[in-house]
Amino acid sequence: MHSQFIPRAILASALMLPFALHADQHGDGAMASVEMLTGACVACHGPAGASVGPATPSLAGLPAVYFIGAMLSYKHGQDLDAAEAEAASDPELEDVEVFARHGTIMDRLAAGYTLAEIKTMAQYFASKSVALATQEFDAELASKGEALHSDNCEKCHEEGGRSTVDDMVPLAGQWKHYLQYSLADFHGGARGMPKKMKSRLEEVMETEGEDGLAALINYYASQR
Amino acid sequence: MATLTRRGFLKATGGIAAVGTVGMGFPQLALGGNKNVVVIGGGAAGAVAAKHVKLADPSINVTLIEANDHYYTCFMSNEVIGGDRDISTIRHGYEGLASRGIQVVHSKATGVDTDARTVTTEGGDSFPYDRLVVSPGIDLKWDAIEGYDMAAAEAMPHAWKAGSQTALLRSQLEAMDDGGTFIICPPGNPFRCPPGPYERVCQVAHYFKEHKPNSKILVLDAKDKFSKMGLFTQGWERRYDGMIEWVSGTDTAGGIAEVNTADMTVTTEFGDTHEGAVINVIPPQSAGQIALSAGLADDSGWCPIHLDTFESKLVPNVHVIGDASIATGLPKSGYAANSEGKVCAAAVVAMLADEEPGTPSYVNTCYSLIAPDYGISVAAVYRLAEDKSKVAKVAGGLTPSDASDEMLAREVQYAYSWYNNIVADMFA
Repeated sequence: MHSQFIPRAILASALMLPFALHADQHGDGAMASVEMLTGACVACHGPAGASVGPATPSLAGLPAVYFIGAMLSYKHGQDLDAAEAEAASDPELEDVEVFARHGTIMDRLAAGYTLAEIKTMAQYFASKSVALATQEFDAELASKGEALHSDNCEKCHEEGGRSTVDDMVPLAGQWKHYLQYSLADFHGGARGMPKKMKSRLEEVMETEGEDGLAALINYYASQR
Repeated sequence: MATLTRRGFLKATGGIAAVGTVGMGFPQLALGGNKNVVVIGGGAAGAVAAKHVKLADPSINVTLIEANDHYYTCFMSNEVIGGDRDISTIRHGYEGLASRGIQVVHSKATGVDTDARTVTTEGGDSFPYDRLVVSPGIDLKWDAIEGYDMAAAEAMPHAWKAGSQTALLRSQLEAMDDGGTFIICPPGNPFRCPPGPYERVCQVAHYFKEHKPNSKILVLDAKDKFSKMGLFTQGWERRYDGMIEWVSGTDTAGGIAEVNTADMTVTTEFGDTHEGAVINVIPPQSAGQIALSAGLADDSGWCPIHLDTFESKLVPNVHVIGDASIATGLPKSGYAANSEGKVCAAAVVAMLADEEPGTPSYVNTCYSLIAPDYGISVAAVYRLAEDKSKVAKVAGGLTPSDASDEMLAREVQYAYSWYNNIVADMFA
């Protein structure tokens, strides 16, 4: 994985800066505003990207490169080469990684947006604080999950999965259903992941089985 | 605060001073004198428009005129009819909008003076506007089916505006003996919520399967094709085989000609008469009454608008959104109404500031629940066609017909999430 320390002051100013605006590739002139574009997302993903659940994930606080990688994966379906090529077409996106994803409606919708629009959406949601959902959880499982997280996940998903440093996707406070679907897809192969994560997930599955996944899910769900 | 970015972005942005802002809402407009925006109708489109005008420019006086104290969403009302959902969960109030500084007036808008630019209400008040947004939803055409008037709707509910009609249909289904026939009569196009009648068939079938397994469902359609038809018929075969009979528009000769509430019968245009234990007549529809009386509708009964601003083609300074508008290319759905509300709000704010409205973007996602673990959807992204004649689909599609059971079950949870989030978007 990449590592690059970004001083807070620079980060703060970067937060204020949108990507350069590009002409709409569909050929009808100016791009829609960030409010117009993200207005399309929030009726499912919640006000300002903070989902009220129970399944649609919150987008608030997602690192922009993660959001863009996810959208490009959905946009190009299972053609990861095409997704990577689109990311590579933009020198600003050299850190975007694309993994296979199996969506329900997102693989139908993402193809409707240009890369410039996706970048604009990404910056909007990245500028928001991570949303921590209040939801039910099993305290015993959550406690077990905390230990599993600490042993297997914390090295990258720091601060108990709250951190977004180094573009890490926040797990803490994400909706349980979504975490469950994601882990099922990672484990089942429908969703791709970095090698290190794959080996860790296999380790958890070998030692703990499905209960291990349930423990992790309940741990992340327990964080407020 | 989230960590936004890494090296690539910083290179591009260079750490120079901000030239624009992200996530700060619409630009604040420095206006001389406050402008007045009046919104008639606090539903899926109107509530969103009122909220987004106020969000974009808090200096604008926004007044929302809504006849009812509470709004019952049509979306998810089929789950109430099927019995899996309590009606209280689709009932929403306007406190959230009021707390945003929107003046919420609970009265019926009775007149629009488009020259003086005022709206009058049943309460006798008059509200001046610089721009008016009309979001009245639908009215039912009581003269379209012989015998089907407001009194008949108490015996044979339409349940096409959620609330007491929803509860009435539910109570009739509960009171029905096992072995009875439920008849549903979907109208011809265009009408509110194109997949709605067929989702209702599923929800009633789900109820019958568990509680009244000898009962039947007869669908007397005015059309030969309907929304998500392949997915619905697949779902009917998989889950409710033998329970549902669908009669096409060809075989009814165009739907229902006449109802008789004393005999509990309906007669098709073809001339066949059917008796039902519970009968759900969904009559043809038009734009809501206030749109008709304000001269906003054409001969079709719906309101022609400019698709980039939703301003009426017939009356200046008045916008029409939601099911009442002729939003060529967009379905009459809750999510399309939400999208229209946002496009319209942005245009209203820009036009009040004498600015060119920005580029619109439209979206629709519509879920239908076939069973508690079986959801399907249609989703699309749209852009304004270059000649502005229609809203053109640029991406989208249906749930694949070979979707796994796991994905169909996920669609149910995403449907519930869609509901909770769109309601928060409207009223919070």
